[in-house]
Amino acid sequence: MKPRVSNLIGRQTPCPQVLLNKVIEHDIRNTVGNVPMEWYQDYPHIGYNLDGKKIFKPIRNKDELDEFLDKMENPDYWRTVHDKTTASDIRLTDEQVDLVHRLQKGQFGDVNFNEYEPSVDFFTNEVMIHPVTNRPQDKRSFIPSLIEKEKVSKLVHAIKMGWIKPRKPKETTPQYYDLWAKEDPNAILGRHKMHVPAPKMRLPGHEESYNPPPEYLLTEEERLVWEQQDAEDRKLPFLPQKHSCLRAVPAFSRFIHERFERCLDLYLCPRQRKMRVNVNPEDLIPKLPKPKDLQPFPTTMSLVYRGHTSLVRSISASPTGQWLVSGSDDFTVRFWEVNTGRCMKTLEVGGAVKSVAWNPNPAVCLVAVESTVLLLNPSLGDRLVVSSTDQLITSYEPPEEDKEQAVTWALSEGPEHNKGHRLTLTHPKAVKQVVWHGKGDYLSSVMPDNSSNLQVLIHQVSKRRTQNPFRKSKGLVQCVSFHPLRPYFFVATQRYVRIYNLIKQELTKKLMTNCKWISSMAIHPGGDNLICGSYDCRLAWFDLDLSTKPYKMLRHHKKALRGVAFHRNYPLFASGADDGSVIVCHGMVYNDLLQNPLIVPVKVLKGHQITHDLGVLDVTFHPTQPWVFSSGADATIRLFT
Amino acid sequence: MGGLQKKKYERGSATNYITRNKARKKLQLSLADFRRLCILKGIYPHEPKHKKKVNKGSTAPRTFYLLKDIRFLLHEPIVRKFREYKVFVRKLRKAYGKAEWTGVERLRDNKPGYKLDHIIKERYPTFIDALRDIDDALSMCFLFSTFARTGKCHVQTITLCRRLTVEWMNYVVASRSLQKVFISIKGIYYQADVLGQLITWLVPYQFAHDHPTDVDYRVMATFTEMYTTLFGFINFRLYQTLNLVYPPKLDSKAESELKAEHEEDYAMDSESYLEKLSALSASLARVVATAEEEENQLDQFPADGEDIENMEAREKEQKEQEDQNRLFEGLKFFLNREVPRESLAFILRCFGAEVSWDKSLCIGGTYDVTDETITHQIVDRPDIDKQYINRYYIQPQWVFDSVNAKMCLPVEDYFLGVTLPPHLSPFVEEKDGDYVPPEKLKLMALQRGEKHVQEEEEEEDEDEDDDDDEEEDNDEEDEDLTEEKNLKKMEDQRSQGKTLAVKVTPGKVKPWETGSVGNKVRLEQEEKAEEKRLAIMMMKKKEKYLYDKIMFGKKRTTREANKLAAKRKAHEDTSKAEKKQKKAKKK
Repeated sequence: MKPRVSNLIGRQTPCPQVLLNKVIEHDIRNTVGNVPMEWYQDYPHIGYNLDGKKIFKPIRNKDELDEFLDKMENPDYWRTVHDKTTASDIRLTDEQVDLVHRLQKGQFGDVNFNEYEPSVDFFTNEVMIHPVTNRPQDKRSFIPSLIEKEKVSKLVHAIKMGWIKPRKPKETTPQYYDLWAKEDPNAILGRHKMHVPAPKMRLPGHEESYNPPPEYLLTEEERLVWEQQDAEDRKLPFLPQKHSCLRAVPAFSRFIHERFERCLDLYLCPRQRKMRVNVNPEDLIPKLPKPKDLQPFPTTMSLVYRGHTSLVRSISASPTGQWLVSGSDDFTVRFWEVNTGRCMKTLEVGGAVKSVAWNPNPAVCLVAVESTVLLLNPSLGDRLVVSSTDQLITSYEPPEEDKEQAVTWALSEGPEHNKGHRLTLTHPKAVKQVVWHGKGDYLSSVMPDNSSNLQVLIHQVSKRRTQNPFRKSKGLVQCVSFHPLRPYFFVATQRYVRIYNLIKQELTKKLMTNCKWISSMAIHPGGDNLICGSYDCRLAWFDLDLSTKPYKMLRHHKKALRGVAFHRNYPLFASGADDGSVIVCHGMVYNDLLQNPLIVPVKVLKGHQITHDLGVLDVTFHPTQPWVFSSGADATIRLFT
Repeated sequence: MGGLQKKKYERGSATNYITRNKARKKLQLSLADFRRLCILKGIYPHEPKHKKKVNKGSTAPRTFYLLKDIRFLLHEPIVRKFREYKVFVRKLRKAYGKAEWTGVERLRDNKPGYKLDHIIKERYPTFIDALRDIDDALSMCFLFSTFARTGKCHVQTITLCRRLTVEWMNYVVASRSLQKVFISIKGIYYQADVLGQLITWLVPYQFAHDHPTDVDYRVMATFTEMYTTLFGFINFRLYQTLNLVYPPKLDSKAESELKAEHEEDYAMDSESYLEKLSALSASLARVVATAEEEENQLDQFPADGEDIENMEAREKEQKEQEDQNRLFEGLKFFLNREVPRESLAFILRCFGAEVSWDKSLCIGGTYDVTDETITHQIVDRPDIDKQYINRYYIQPQWVFDSVNAKMCLPVEDYFLGVTLPPHLSPFVEEKDGDYVPPEKLKLMALQRGEKHVQEEEEEEDEDEDDDDDEEEDNDEEDEDLTEEKNLKKMEDQRSQGKTLAVKVTPGKVKPWETGSVGNKVRLEQEEKAEEKRLAIMMMKKKEKYLYDKIMFGKKRTTREANKLAAKRKAHEDTSKAEKKQKKAKKK
């Protein structure tokens, strides 16, 4: 509307009567045309008049205050219009205002225009007797068509001949009949044998009832948990509800969903035949001989040897079974009488004792104690034995030429001699383990060190000689052992046990333990079987005749094994672990080579307290009785009989 | 070593499977058509044993179809029909675009259609196969038959589903094969034994559905298309086995009865007929008109040893079955207007009862409320104004519970306004170790023929506890009571209570608490336990794993059972305390 109004005004103002700009009295029509007036913003003029002269902008633009004053003071303000093209204000005349009002009302602009004049029809509505045009009618309009006749006769012929038939009425309802009238019971499903029929829907339980027993309803907390769970994690896909009567049961809002999900399952879900194991769990337990029939074995804790103040690292029983020696972290070696539990002797050795070993030769009584390896004469029991021991030490005659040795042998004298020290073997490194050979003359010590070949040393006591059997390091040596009967030497590194022939000086066998880290090793007195304890809770039993792989792997301890031991006479072996238990197993080895060893756990012995995550540190059997000693981190030694 | 080098993934399981996209390309079908084809033909993806091998070394999640399945689809004649339909749609769209209305009409008339008969025959070579797979079809058809005719699917489909379900219900009524029913919060479950197959279906409650937006109705419609075809053929066959006319017709006698009234209310004859059928109040017409068919007696075969036992067991079972089928025979029910008419009429008719309902509720009611011979009226409102003296007014749960218990339960627990006993699922079969709700135990005792004496005694005991406390009060109250009968009863109770209160039962000596014998037993047990523990230590890793798994599962079930039992006990304690409080308040 607006542009039209301004246009009208523009056309009808050839002679503006009242102009604020008094300077221009004649026609000042702008000739710039229909262009945005912003283009002249930066110029002093606003366009050109008919003569091509510049039309200048008023010197002072009206600001808001002027506008306001004008609005307040000028009575014609309401009928004043700003003309952008000339930058002048124009006062509308009465006629112009009238015209604007009429247009706003939607009336015609001309006052004199009559919009309700009677209309005159072009054609009359009355039927006239004469045609409008004078053209005569065609002949074809009153003669039957020959072409149509031909077509009709063709159709008639086709119908007569039965070529055209009426359209069959459509069947809307499906027709059912006896589909399986000639069924072949032997026909497998047309496709193949891989068909997996879809499982049926699960049948509802009590909790789905509209009025379930009260225990099936969820409590408040359970309901909250249910609501917060993901839809897939929920055990029940719906909330059990109780309704007092059938009338009160609402529609199940997820009904269509569930049906749809079933449809999806039927055609989208990959199917697979799953073999479900249906076994009686009792059948899985192996049938073992009853422990009662395998007696004797230690069953009860009978004695506790107290006296040490720190962990007891190692224990060893005398070959007669009368004495027990123990080495502890409190820098002492203690000698105990087995039957009474009395501490007979305490020796300060000036260092943590890692390993003790009683000489297996019953005629001599020497105890090898670690740190720098000490050979002690405990001076216990039979005087003859004591003196023969001392004689063995003193009977040494130094050879003619001194050979360079890895360790230095020193004879103890004075107060130390009185205390029982006889020989001191100063090793270059810390010694972890000492082992006696079965005859009691040879002694081996282990100094675990990955980098050097000086890890294992074999000492001969009678000749005070030391040799290093290995030229090369094969890994960190954990423990070593002598074969009880033959000249073999067992070396356990972190994962393997190597068996060396000492006479031929060669490697005979390498056993794979399948453990991560061997902690201890024991050899069956027969010499053909070996057990290895490891820090990864396993105990491996090797049958050396059978294979280099474990014959049996026992995982009966919960924590790292620290010590294993065989009994010398009885078919027993024991293992101690960090879980504070000693497990005694029956390990029968048959002379018949065809029969494999029988291993039956017979007793779990508990007694040691776990201190600093350490339980049992060492186990050893009594040489003659079916008794087992165990030393623990709780500074006690316990005897189980 | 000569010969060509073997290439990976060119033999073995990698060649037996095909991914979905490849299958689609091989069949030259759009995804929608492929889906439709899979649904109709019953082709589903398989989970290969070695997924990575099949996936050619990749571990991306893919669905695999058996290549044989897809090859089998290649020869399906219906694929051509799909293509024809595609062409038809294209032509129709073109005709619409050009505004050729005659062309549109002509095309519409020649709309290509297809039949699924051969697919059904192929998927289910024998009738029993088909019957075994009908569970889903039934549930789906029952769902579709409750849809409003508002355009979620074709109206024809809805009417067809309705027709088929009505036929099915009529068959179940005629064959008396319904076994179990269960009112769940989802709907009502039914289980029928049809020709030796247990068939379970779920019927939603009669409410309007609010249609979810995240459900693809095209998938459901395709399934329904297949299911209706299957269902129709099965119905036909089932009707044939019972010598019934298919499509079902009402007995001529019943028809004439029904014809007299209501004839003018229905616009369409076919519709009214379906309504009459769905009323389930009349028996169906038979092909060979016979008097009520006698049940076939099992022939006696000479048998020996175990066979005899088997035979006896079977005979017993059959007898039980027959007894169950005659459960409501001779009873006359009337359904009030607020109970779900269709399901109740269906169940009652299945067990030989006579049913009727208000005339304004549905067509087919045969007698009125005022009938004096009605034995049970099923009501689901707290109270009713006008009560007849010679009939029981019971809540609908009685019917369901009685069917599941295979006996008419005592009606007292189901009277008007009474708090109903819990409704248990008949589908749960408790193994030993599972939790059995006490209601079920009670029910089992009832079935064995023991009256629920125990429970009564319990209640009495409860009462007595209260009575003993306030005996004197009771004495005073007794005088207030006017009715002689009541007084007598109470006194009886009280005297009983007194005798019970002073009764001393001789104590029994527990065997393991006495001296050496008990110690021995306990020692032996301990020894056994230790032996087992030691033997478990010697188990192989694999077996140990399996054993631990089994034991874990067992422990979980017992834990759950214990939890339920504890919950129940807590509930009972609280309810008892409430009861006592109420009593105290009353006094």
